[in-house]
Order: sequence, then structure tokens, then C-alpha cells
Amino acid sequence: MTQHASPPRDSTDKVPPSGAAPAWRGLMAHADVRTLSLLGVLAALIVIGGITKPDEFLDTRNLQLVLTQASVIGVVTVGMTFVIISGGIDLSVGAIVALASVWATTVATQEYGFAGILFTAVIVGVGCGLVNGVLIAYGAMVPFIATLAMLASARGLSLQITDGKTQIVTIPSVLDLGERDAYVLGVPPLVMVFAVVTIIGWLVLNRTTFGRRTVAVGGNPEAARLAGIDVRRQRLYLYLLSGLCCGIAAFLLIILSGSGQNTNGNLYELDAIAAAIIGGTLLTGGRGTIVGSVLGVLIFTTITNIFALNNLQSDVQQIAKGAIIVAAVLVQRRTASTT
Amino acid sequence: MAPEPPLLSMNGITKSFPGVRALDGVDLDVQAGEVHCLLGQNGAGKSTLIKVLAGAHQPDTGTIRWRGEEVTLRSPIAAMRLGIATIYQELDLVEHLSVAENVHLGHEPTTAGFIVRGRTARASAAQLLKRLGHPEIDPGRLVGDLSAAQQQIVSMARALSHDVRLIVMDEPSAALDPDEVDNLFRIVGDLTAEGVAVVYISHRLEEIRRIGDRVTVLKDGRAVAGGLPAKSTPTRDVVAMMTGRNVEYVFPERPVRDAAGDPLLEVRGLARDGEFEPLDLVVRPGEIVGLAGLVGSGRSEILETVYGARRPSAGQVLVDGRPLRPGSVRAAVRAGLGLAPEERKAQALLMLESVTRNVSVSSMSRFARVGWIDRAAERGAARAATRELSLRPDNPSVPVRTLSGGNQQKAVLARWLLRGCRVLLLDEPTRGVDVGARAELYAVVRRLADEGLGVLLVSSEVPEVLGLADRVLVLREGRVVHTAPATELDEHRVLDLVMEGSPAS
Repeated sequence: MTQHASPPRDSTDKVPPSGAAPAWRGLMAHADVRTLSLLGVLAALIVIGGITKPDEFLDTRNLQLVLTQASVIGVVTVGMTFVIISGGIDLSVGAIVALASVWATTVATQEYGFAGILFTAVIVGVGCGLVNGVLIAYGAMVPFIATLAMLASARGLSLQITDGKTQIVTIPSVLDLGERDAYVLGVPPLVMVFAVVTIIGWLVLNRTTFGRRTVAVGGNPEAARLAGIDVRRQRLYLYLLSGLCCGIAAFLLIILSGSGQNTNGNLYELDAIAAAIIGGTLLTGGRGTIVGSVLGVLIFTTITNIFALNNLQSDVQQIAKGAIIVAAVLVQRRTASTT
Repeated sequence: MAPEPPLLSMNGITKSFPGVRALDGVDLDVQAGEVHCLLGQNGAGKSTLIKVLAGAHQPDTGTIRWRGEEVTLRSPIAAMRLGIATIYQELDLVEHLSVAENVHLGHEPTTAGFIVRGRTARASAAQLLKRLGHPEIDPGRLVGDLSAAQQQIVSMARALSHDVRLIVMDEPSAALDPDEVDNLFRIVGDLTAEGVAVVYISHRLEEIRRIGDRVTVLKDGRAVAGGLPAKSTPTRDVVAMMTGRNVEYVFPERPVRDAAGDPLLEVRGLARDGEFEPLDLVVRPGEIVGLAGLVGSGRSEILETVYGARRPSAGQVLVDGRPLRPGSVRAAVRAGLGLAPEERKAQALLMLESVTRNVSVSSMSRFARVGWIDRAAERGAARAATRELSLRPDNPSVPVRTLSGGNQQKAVLARWLLRGCRVLLLDEPTRGVDVGARAELYAVVRRLADEGLGVLLVSSEVPEVLGLADRVLVLREGRVVHTAPATELDEHRVLDLVMEGSPAS
């Protein structure tokens, strides 16, 4: 499959000026077997939803709802994908989303209006990522442990800030973004943010030195180091990136729920890791795709929606999720051995 | 008394790995109560042979007879059941378990099948340690807290905890100081007196003279001599058997002129405690300097320290007369050093990636503006670099893992060529490279030198160092014992230098 990655080229070393066509071909190149099979699963789910609840599932409002729900966890998953490709893990994403959402919705922050909320959410996310990154990259802590500690501390701090109460957002310009009036051509602003984050994530991973270094560090840290890559700095940046994504996700969640709560982002870490894994990201690092992770998120969100529409309880949903993770990994192992 | 069949006899053992025939019809027979030494250079097939004997590798063809009966060693457990124990060079102990737990690992004395009888285990471990002359090792201590020599004793106690008839020892003296070596030999003597056979692998001829009964010499996967008397065969004959080659490598011609000019790379008093002693060397443009030495002589460590991958305990590395920041790979790369490490797959290559990406990884920023990679320029440059080295296939978008060993090495060299590196550090450059491809690789290295690069070459294959390098430093146990132009040395002389004697002598 990887042969598609570079189109056959004549023997001259002069390369034609790049334009729109190579970018388009690059996108197609990533539509490999794995991605196609994920698309197939998603299509099958849509068919199942359409058959079981034809009126409700395919309703525009429902589809908008599914995509909106996917947006928050989707943004988190993009950051998580980078971290996992680099051979790390970030267990603190859910807790960072919670902390960022409550810090951004305190009475004091809300005095600064829209900008205050957005700025605070992002800064808290990046700040938590900085702590994770410094501990892991320069403190030589295992990512699992450093981010587990962050999970506990950020959750604790969120509870301390809110005292367990829901903090209602009173800024109209923030709340308006969640209203139907703000939809552009039927697309909710949250979904647009998700789309933009996905595209930027894809470009960064596939077209920049940052992305290359991420893959190199995850694929073979020793080789990356001996090739002259600053492995530690790269690790730091990766956890900053994950924190940034959490901050953005927290802002989306504030818009969506019109509030900040210390229970926000519960188990996001597991959902994001699961989505990345069924999307084909190797938990051992070195390989993964943004497209796969986003499809993973959409698959999970769609299942949740179909189950809810069919009045199936959340316990059944959880069991189904578990089965899908196992199935996806087994299928991937088979396809991996044939490539 | 009827003539007893040998305890072990291996006949016509062959074993191939992708691209290499590691063993090619090897015979080995071992009598009860003897010390049978295995000699051979690196890559001669010693490790593969003992892994076959330990049940870790299955031979492709050949028979193994144990006390006259043909057996199949399907797994390490099967070998252990027969009474064959192997003490590997890399000790396979669990550091976080106690001595007694390690000794009985996998066959713990139990009550009702699962409750470990700790006291019984400790008592029997203590008895074994006493038998090995080390009653001072407390069976309750964690193995991780013991010295290397003590760990080896534990490993031996584990072997003896089975009803063992044959012990394979892979370079057991490598990590020991002279006193401990004496104790090891006493243990070997006690074991053989009890009728246990020992297969002993060592690079040190002197040791083989002291404790060996017979010697089998391996070379290029064949047993060139089987069961020679260990004490009376002349050293010269043994060395000749180890080194005489069927395959003559083709080395490129050396330029007639002597390398001149200011030193590119200069190493002053570089040392690492416990690994190698203060070292001075100079590499000039166009010059290939070789370090010859066996495993454990400190050669890889020296190269990695020069490169900044290990922090020196003393000394300096200078490139173009400017000292490098110690212990910084990035500083070394920026100054123009490039390392082709020994373990290509583990230390150099991104196995999931294409050749292009493996080649460009050290020069990415050259093709990038504010982090955005111009992939066409990257591909073009990678292609030019791989073409210059005639890397096959001539398509840098294939995954690097599909390349042969020689071409993977070329991909690593292309990486440094693209980076504009000025001093290449080559660690075992032809490991895993088949014979045909070696000559081509040698020619590439010589050509790069002719173009003005400096090369520092490390190899355990003496002919390689002698054939390729201009100047040779011979290493033994972390110390340079001899320096000379390659043309003034021959293989026997170098092997004498690297093998004879022990640290005590």
C-alpha cells in the first residue's frame, strides 16, 4: 500500500512544481485498506441506524447532534493520536478537559467575557500539558505514571474550584455558538472547529518536520536520537500539543453544555485511546493516522447514538464498544501481517 | 568394559537464517566428564550451535544423539529435561527475585502443587551455592544486588538444581576478574570430576589451555577441526584454523599518497570508567582508521562515546580542532559526525518507514520552511544520495525493511552523505551483510574517503580492518595495545595481540 505514497516518477531528478494535484493524491494515498475498512464499518452503522430508526436517525438534527458530540472527544483524540504515535500515552486528557472547563467558567473568569473563557481554557490545557511534558521528557518519568498523577491532581483541583457545583455560563456570545442560528449551511460551529483541528492535525503529522520527528521518536527512539533528533524536546512538545487539544475541547464542551463541571470529560482518556487504536494507531508507537482516529471517534459516537435511539441501555453500549476494540485489533493484526 | 557412546554427538547440523547459513554441517561430540572448548571468531556460528544444543533453535538438518539415542530438542525445556543446561553470556536471571527464587525458577519446590515452600527452596539453594564454593551468597538476597560474578554463580546453581549432565558456558570469564576466574576453573574441575561434561566457549586461548581437554574450531559455520587436544595443539595452528578463509574478500585499493592535512577528528584522552582506558587518535581527511578488537574490547563503546551517545568520564573529542560538547549526539551531528551503528535495525533504521524518510531524517530541516517539508525536494535529494551509493532497488519509496542488509547499510550511509557529514563512524559495517555485497560496501567506504571524508572503522573481523583501513589500532580489554599502518600487520599478528594473555598476565 505504501507504494502509493509516491507516484511513479520519471528518472529525471527534477520534480514538477507541486500544486493541488499532489496534495489530492497524497490524501488518496492514505485511503489504504485500513481506512477503507473503517469507512465500511461506519457506512454499515449508518445503514443499521437508517433501518432500525429511519425517521429519527437520518434526521438532520440527529446527524448534527452526532457530529457535535463527536467534536469534543474528536479534538482530544487528535492530540492523543500524536502522543500515542510517539510511543507515549496521555491518561490525563479527561481531567485536563474538566479542569480547563471549570477554570474557564469561574465567576472571575467570566468577567472577561468570551475571550477570557477561551483564553483560560487553552492556557490551562497547555499548562497541564507543559507539566506532563517536563516530567516525562526531562524528569524521565514513564508517561503512564506522569499523566496518571496529572489525572488525579487535575480532577482534584477541578472539584476544589467548583466545590462540586455546576458553573453556569452567562456570556451570551459563548452560548450563542451552540444555538442553531450559529450553524453555517447546517454545520454547527463546534463541528467546524473539529474539522479544522483534524485538517491541521493531518497536515502537521504528514507534511511537517514535527510530524516526522513524532513518528521517528515513536518508531525507534534510539535511532531517532542517534540520527540527531532532540528526542526530549519532541516529547515535551507532544504533551503540550495534547494539552492544547484538551483546552480547545474544554471550550467546545462549555459551548455545548453552557456550563463548566468538575465531572466533565469523564473517561475521555479511554475513549480517545480506544478511538486511536481502532483507527490503526500502534500503541507501541511509530505508526498511526489522524484519519483513522477520527473515523474511530465517529464510529463510537454513531454506535452510542443508535443504541440510544433504540432505547438500549448504556451497559449494552459499553459491551459493544469493548467487542469493537477487540475485533478491530484482531483485524488489524491480520492486515498488518500481510503488508 | 564396552566402549561407551559419547554423552552428546551432533552430526551434520545445519541452520540457516534469512540470508545467512549460520551452521553448515557441524559435527560436535562431547564425552562425559570432559571440558570441550569451542573456538571461533565472531559470526563463526558458536552462538547458533549452542542455541541448537539448548533447544532454543531447531536445526534445519542433522541429528543429535544423547547417550547414543537420537533425540529432538524441541524447546529449552526438552533440553533441560535431558540434563543440558546453558549459561548464556547475558545472564537470564530475574533481578527482582531472590537468589533462591531464581535458582528454582520454573521448578519451585511446592506443597499441594502451588504453594512455594520457601524454606526448602532456600535450603537447597544454599547447599548448591556451598557446592560452588560460594556459601557467602545469601539465598534470600535479591539477585539485582549481587555482583556480576555472583550472579554467574547463581546462574550456575540454577543449572545444577536440575539433574545436569552437560553444562554449556558461553564466555563465562568475560565479566570476571582473575580471582573469580580461578574459582570458576575450580568449579569446572569439580563438575567434570563428578562426570558432568562442560562445553566451554572463550576467546582466551590461555584459558582453554588451562582447563580444556579438547577443542573444536568453528569458522564460517563449519567445524574446521574437531576434538583436537586442547593442551598440546600449537597456538599458531589454532589461530590459523580460525582465520584461514575460503572466501577472500575483495578490498579496494588504497591510494598511494599518505593522508595529509589537518586532522578532521581528534580524540584526546577519551575514557569511560570500566569500559575503555584513555584513548588518543586522529583521523585526517581521506583516511580510514580501524579499531580491531574482540567483543568486550570496548570498541563499540569507544565509537559511541566519540559520537556523544555515551558521556565520557574523561577526555575530549575535537572536530576541525574545535572541542565538542561531551555527551551530546546533536553537537556531534552538527559538527559533521555520522554514526552507522552496530545494531542497524535497533539503532539506526525506522523500520516502518520508507527509504526516503530514513535517509532524510537527519537533514529534514534542509527541506523544510517553518517546519513545512517540501517533499519533492526531499525525495529528489534522497534519491540522489541513494543513487550515489547504488542502493538497490533504485526506488527510495519502498519500505526500508524490504531491503537486504547491505542496502540497509547503504541507506544509513546515504543519510549521512545527505547530511554532508565529514567523519563517518562505522561500527561493524558488514554485520548481517552477505559476502557478495561486502566488497561493494568496502568500495563505497573507500570512495567516500577518497572524496575527503574521514572514517573511523570498528570491526571484530580482523581481515576487514586490515583490508579496508589505512591505520589500525588494536584493542584488548579497553586498551590500545598496538598501533600500526595496516600494511605492516597481518591477521595472525593481530589475533595474537587481541587474544593472547589475560588481564592478570
